[in-house]
Formats: sequence, C-alpha cells, structure tokens
Amino acid sequence: MNFTNGKELLDLCNKHNKRIYEVMLAKEVELSGLSEEEIRGKMRESLEIMKSAVNSGLNEEVKSLSGLIGGEGKKIKKRRDTHKPVCGLVMSKAISSAMAVLEVNAAMGRIVAAPTAGSCGIIPGTLITMQEEFGLEDEDIINALITASAIGMIITKNATVAGAEGGCQAETGSAAGMAAGAVVELMGGTPEASLSAASMCIKNILGLVCDPIAGLVEVPCQTRNAMGAANALICAEIALSGVSSIIPFDEVVDTMYKVGRSIPFELRETALGGLADTPTGRKIQKQVLGE
Amino acid sequence: MKEFSIFDVVGPNMIGPSSSHTAGACRIGKAAYKMAGEDIKKVTFLLHGSFAKTYRGHGTDKALVGGILGFDPVDERIKYSFDLAREKGIEFIFQEADLGEVHSNTVKVIVEKNDGEIIELMGSSIGGGNIVVTEINGLEIEFTGEYDTLIISHVDKPGVIAKVTAVLALYDINIAFMRVYRYSKGQNAFMIIETDNEISPEIVSYIKKTIPEVPQAYLVNIK
Repeated sequence: MNFTNGKELLDLCNKHNKRIYEVMLAKEVELSGLSEEEIRGKMRESLEIMKSAVNSGLNEEVKSLSGLIGGEGKKIKKRRDTHKPVCGLVMSKAISSAMAVLEVNAAMGRIVAAPTAGSCGIIPGTLITMQEEFGLEDEDIINALITASAIGMIITKNATVAGAEGGCQAETGSAAGMAAGAVVELMGGTPEASLSAASMCIKNILGLVCDPIAGLVEVPCQTRNAMGAANALICAEIALSGVSSIIPFDEVVDTMYKVGRSIPFELRETALGGLADTPTGRKIQKQVLGE
Repeated sequence: MKEFSIFDVVGPNMIGPSSSHTAGACRIGKAAYKMAGEDIKKVTFLLHGSFAKTYRGHGTDKALVGGILGFDPVDERIKYSFDLAREKGIEFIFQEADLGEVHSNTVKVIVEKNDGEIIELMGSSIGGGNIVVTEINGLEIEFTGEYDTLIISHVDKPGVIAKVTAVLALYDINIAFMRVYRYSKGQNAFMIIETDNEISPEIVSYIKKTIPEVPQAYLVNIK
C-alpha cells in the first residue's frame, strides 16, 4: 500500500474503502516492520508531548531564550474567562494553544516538530482543542495525527516543508493543511474533503515569506502559528460543508513549491529581509545576537 | 525517492526551538560523546556559518553540551546542560570558526579526555534533526547516525575487514552500509559500518579484544 501524491492516496482510499489514516498505517507497517499497535503506541507518545506542551504553555511561566515571547497564549486564555471571544470559543482555544506550544518551543521545552519546530503549534492547537470541545477519544486524535502525517508526507515528497526552501507558506502552510485534513476526518468527512481542506489552507497563504526576527523561531512565527490553526479550522468547516477546492491538492502542492522557489533568498529564513530587516527587527537582532 | 515514515513528518519529538539548530546539534554532540565515552575533561566547539551566527538564540550551545552529556534531542535536561556539565567537571568553550566549504550548520567538536586522548568530530545538521558526520580525527568520512554505526580504527592491511565482518556475522548482525577510509596506504584506516540490527557494547569489546589490527572501536548509536 504505497502512494506518492494525493490522487494515489484517494485512489487507495476509494479502492479499499479505507480512511486516510488506515491507508497510511498500512503503508507504515510495510515500511517500518512495526505492528499497527506499535505505531499507534509511538503516536500516543507524540500526542502526550503535544498535550503537555499545550498545558505548560497555557498554565506555566514560559519565556523564550531571547525574551521576545512568552505568556501570550495565556493572555488569550485569560481574556476568554472574562470576555466572549471575538472569533468564537473553538477558534480562540485553538489559537491560544497554538501560540502556547510555540512559546514552549522557544523556551527550549519539549515539542513535536509537526512538520517542523517552527510550525509546531498548529496541529496540537487544533486537534487538542477539537478533542476537548467535541469530547473525542485519544484514539480518534491518534488517527487524526496519522491522517495529518499522510498529507505532510505528500507535501514533503513533492514540495518542501522547510522555510529555508519554501518560505513560511511551506512551514505553517503545510502544518495548517495537515491539521485541516485531520479535522475533516475527525468530523467524519470523506478523504476527498480532507484533501480539499488541505488544498484550501495552502492556497490561502500561498507566497507567505519566512522572515524571522534575529533568525529566531519566535516573531512572527508565533502569530503565524495562530493563523495556521485558524486557517485549518476555516478550511475544515468549508470542506465539511461540501465545498471542494477547485484546484486539486497535487496541483496546489506543486504550485506551493514553485512559488517557494521563486521567493528571494532574503525571505527564506535568512533573517535578511521582511520583518527581520525592519529598524525594530534589526535593533532586536543586535540585542539578541550581541552584534 | 526516499520513503518517509509517519514520524519523519509528525516528528521528531524534540526540545525546541529548532530541529536543525537544536535537535541536530544535540545529535552531533552525542555522536562525539559516543566516541569519547564518559571520561571527558574539556570540549571545544568550533561553530561555522549559521551555527556561529545564531547559536545563542537557538540554544545550539546548550544542545551541543547536552549531546556531550549523552542526552537525546528530546531530553528536557538540555535546557540545563551547562550547569550539569559543570557539575561533572567538564569544561566547554564555543568559538566561531571558518571550517571551509561545508554546510552552513556545521560544528567541529574537539574532545579532550582525562587520559589525554583527543577526539575530533565534525558534523553538519542538514535539516529536520538529521545530521551527517563528515570528519573524524581529520579524516573525511561519512555517516548519518540513522543506523547503529560501528567506527573501527584499524591497520590498513589485507584480512582485517574480513575479521571484523566475521564477528558481526557471528552475532547475526546485518550490515546495511559499509565504507572504508584511510589516511594513506598501509597507514591507519577507518571502517564505518552501519547495521540494521542493534549492536551491543559487548560486540565492540569482542572486536577490540580479538582483532589485534583494531586498536580502537567505537559504537555510535544515536538514533
């Protein structure tokens, strides 16, 4: 059971009447020689790390190495206690959790790169929020994580998930696409709808540059993780409503790669352009790196 | 096309903030630790390119020292590695350096042991926590740490490779990749053997004990 792109994945799902996670699990069993239970066990460990990162980011004192970020996710959570969230409860929880996980990452805490460290907040932010708000079991979230990995694997194979190669669209865009597809599956959507949601996510942020201040995975990465979580939920809702992406997933992935390659070097994680090259960005770089 | 595992995509599990600058750095440090063993007196890290420029902000320094202490990239003690190394009496220094035409995330680790032995290892962090070790004690070699790796220092003469692989056969170890490197003909050489099976320290000491042409053997298991 192997696939290299979205079309092949959907064909396998339809031919064997399987969900995306079932196809991906079968592929992993063949590749790794591990049993389904062992693979699920490993994913359970990853889920535990994700949960504990959300928890410590939202409830403990977290400060990044540079001091630029820390405590922002908590602030959003706090506001929820006294105000009705502008973007609704699910969205508010997802963005605060996504930001909190990125803070934990920047503070040298334990995270799961999903698919990268710079985008590590998006998948836990959305999926753990879905679990809480919809009363889902760990097993459901493990399936969703495996679904996300199938989408991420197709992107990794046919394009890139690295900001240095493809800009932020490749990092937070891929994470959002993975999360969106996983949320669709959690809510009982079809494999086609999962890939449609992933397509829409990437289409929405096509061209986004990677311009981290002082080269650190902090600003603007943190709020872009919030946006990635929101993007995932938006596109999942659209796809679950039966609206599909006009451009198929594989064409979107190819396009994302082409666009990524045409982003100038200065705007691909080098901290030479964009927000990193603003007067404030440069000042912070001097302070942090002591140059 | 390389086959990716689920856990290459959702993973690695790691200490932040950067898979290349933190997780990968830790694994390079750990590769040096695996070669040097416990008895470390002092470590000098020569940081090249992006490592030299951004190591403080990415915790590359803490991750490298964490690796020297034997920690995995997911170990939460990495954050406190400086204090833990000092407690063990390990001195460590970071220097920015130009290591030549190498990957932007490259570090040379120079380990001084209490018995005077010096081990030099150069490695690059190539993304997603993956690494390539490119040089040991001045000799250009290559391995990734994705497999259990045996590094055998040996005399360059006929039959030594057969003796080493015979021991692996005896223990039912399958060799995935193997390469041989030498300084010059008849001089000291290195075998790099990457295996599908786990290698126990017992096998390494058996090789050292029974093959006189092998003065030193190291097991680098940093999967």
